[in-house]
Amino acid sequence: MNAPRPLALVGGRVICPASGHDSVATLYLEDRKVAGIGQAEPPAHAEVIDVSGLVVAPGIVDAGVFRAHPPAAAAGGITRVVLLPDQSPPLDEPALVAYAERLGKPNLWVHPLAAATRGLAGAELAEIGLAREAGAVGVATGRGAIADARVMQRLLAYARAFDLVVVTHAEEAALTADAVATEGETATRLGLAAAPAYAEALAIARDCRLAEATGAKLHIRQVTTAEGLAALRVAQARGVDVTAGVTPAHLFLNDLAVSGFRSFARLSPPLRSEADRQATLAGMADGSIAILSSGHDPQSQDDKRQPFAEARAGMAGAETLLALGLGLVRDGLLSLPQLLSLLTVNPARRFGLVAGTLQLAAPADIVVFDEAAPWRIDGRQFHGAGNTPFDGLPTAGRVRMTIKGGEVIWRV
Amino acid sequence: MAPAHPALAAGAHPFPHDHLLGIAQLKPWEIAFLLDEAEQWAELNRAGASKHDGRLAGLTQINAFFENSTRTLLSFEIAGKRLGADVVNLGVSGSSVKKGETLLDTALTLNAMRPDLIVIRHGASGAVQLISEKVDCPVLNAGDGRHEHPTQALLDALTIRRRKGRIAGLKVAICGDILHSRVARSNFLLLAGQGAEVRAVAPPTLLPADVEALGVTAFTDMDAGLAGADVVMMLRLQTERMAGAYVPSTREYFRFFGLTEARLARAAPDVLVMHPGPMNRGVEIDGAIADDIARSAVTEQVEMGVAVRMACLDVLTRRRRGVEGWA
Repeated sequence: MNAPRPLALVGGRVICPASGHDSVATLYLEDRKVAGIGQAEPPAHAEVIDVSGLVVAPGIVDAGVFRAHPPAAAAGGITRVVLLPDQSPPLDEPALVAYAERLGKPNLWVHPLAAATRGLAGAELAEIGLAREAGAVGVATGRGAIADARVMQRLLAYARAFDLVVVTHAEEAALTADAVATEGETATRLGLAAAPAYAEALAIARDCRLAEATGAKLHIRQVTTAEGLAALRVAQARGVDVTAGVTPAHLFLNDLAVSGFRSFARLSPPLRSEADRQATLAGMADGSIAILSSGHDPQSQDDKRQPFAEARAGMAGAETLLALGLGLVRDGLLSLPQLLSLLTVNPARRFGLVAGTLQLAAPADIVVFDEAAPWRIDGRQFHGAGNTPFDGLPTAGRVRMTIKGGEVIWRV
Repeated sequence: MAPAHPALAAGAHPFPHDHLLGIAQLKPWEIAFLLDEAEQWAELNRAGASKHDGRLAGLTQINAFFENSTRTLLSFEIAGKRLGADVVNLGVSGSSVKKGETLLDTALTLNAMRPDLIVIRHGASGAVQLISEKVDCPVLNAGDGRHEHPTQALLDALTIRRRKGRIAGLKVAICGDILHSRVARSNFLLLAGQGAEVRAVAPPTLLPADVEALGVTAFTDMDAGLAGADVVMMLRLQTERMAGAYVPSTREYFRFFGLTEARLARAAPDVLVMHPGPMNRGVEIDGAIADDIARSAVTEQVEMGVAVRMACLDVLTRRRRGVEGWA
């Protein structure tokens, strides 16, 4: 394929969280790569696009999605996703990993996480070494945790030898087996099977200790409770190689959102108390949580229009990730470059991706957005299934342009 | 009959709801209104051989029970028939649910039959509300998962009110498997809302978190929970929860949480004993107590169940029947 025509994005605020660059400048893209940032006049053969008043940043690296859907990603400014192995069938075979890696090209690059165990059943190790050769950037336990501590210990020890990050779901498996909500007043009023919030801290404490013992790299995909954060910080202070992520849902909603049996708010882990939500915000502000992802996991109407406990967990998140993230900036919790770190360079570094940066010769994956443009979240306008607990919420921050490999794939 | 609630005297609408989904949605005076309405049906049901009132004549009532039930289904069927409705029962075995039809498809199918009222029992919390959002007629919750069972709480309240003359100020101990009980949740909300002092008595494994938020006091020692109680309401313990999962055994449960003469002696001398049925004699209640008509209201609860359900069916259909003041 021929390289696209060179592009010069002129007049925007160019932010590269990897290098610390933040100024109004021209970003020049050529040969599918970043070819320069500065004040120089673009060459005559380049296409010049005026992006005055807009922010120009590396394309979002969405580290933790269950569905790789290129149109939704492009609309959300996402140019790469780290895909969970909970596919049908699960990514527990090298060939399946290789297939998943090609799923979204050219507009969306998919970096698969291989299933940690066969069939994600939590019992036998999958062929994670071969999976790495097939393109896996890590291994994951999937939607659930591995219940058996011995299996988890062996997984971490084995994954370390292949330098693969192990991505876990932090809910103690037995305590949360039948639960669809967090224990507390809301679950009790609604009569929903619930698990205590500390089920998360138990899982984090165990997995961090096992990671310390084995020297493995651990990434806790979602940390959503005060106690879970405390366990995480203890491990980080001890030098355990552990990182953590979260999605906007647990930053902006508490368990009251499930009142009235709203199945769009049925998520995994379930929404938490207001105190836990506040603690999660604090964990993001102080850097304990380094990755913000969409958790994109849209469900069909048939799977959501069910009694709460029978509805499938998950929400469409790709198209609201940036706008909701910008809410954290407006609330004064993060600076804009800090937010962009959580969305780009941090996940890229954690999973060893050459992305999330505007340094010379980096891939020309770019998002251009208007940080202030107001809009109302409307799931019906989404690409693909539009179930979101944020439906109807007024927000601000719109993606104006998404560029993947030097080509404009989304523009409004 | 108890006096009308001050809010009703001041002009509040006695029942502005389209459906009866739970006690949580009801104001105290709306509950009092339903109980007052039920009194006339309690009288009619005792009046003699003929127990008929034709006010629901020509209306179709579907009892859609997605979970097994004999007593509640029978009670709703009798209530509808005594008011003259055409009553149709849909049981689990006769439903399409087993054929993989979604709940909402089933709801839309029922709706297309143009019923005037649907009574629903379902095993999942929130299922009845979900159906109510998709159909054009009043929906009455006959029990959804662990969530609510509003007519049970209403019949319990009516029974208490008739026996004790009041609800406010009474000490009511609700004992047993509270975690899995929709009866307990509805009763907590109703009785606490009517001014009773409500206690939740259960082994710690069968008490839901933050149960105090429902306006009750929690006890894990049954003797303490029963002290001075005016009403003791026992809950059924499901067989599958006895053998080690939540409590070690039936005999250990009966030893510490069963209602015996010795334990009941701690309650008020004129204590009223209740049970929503069906009872496990020798598991949660000593059979002799259940049979003592001076203290046990178990059969009266069943009787009041029909009266309360007649009141609910009447009130919920007033709007579509064009009753004056209900348009």
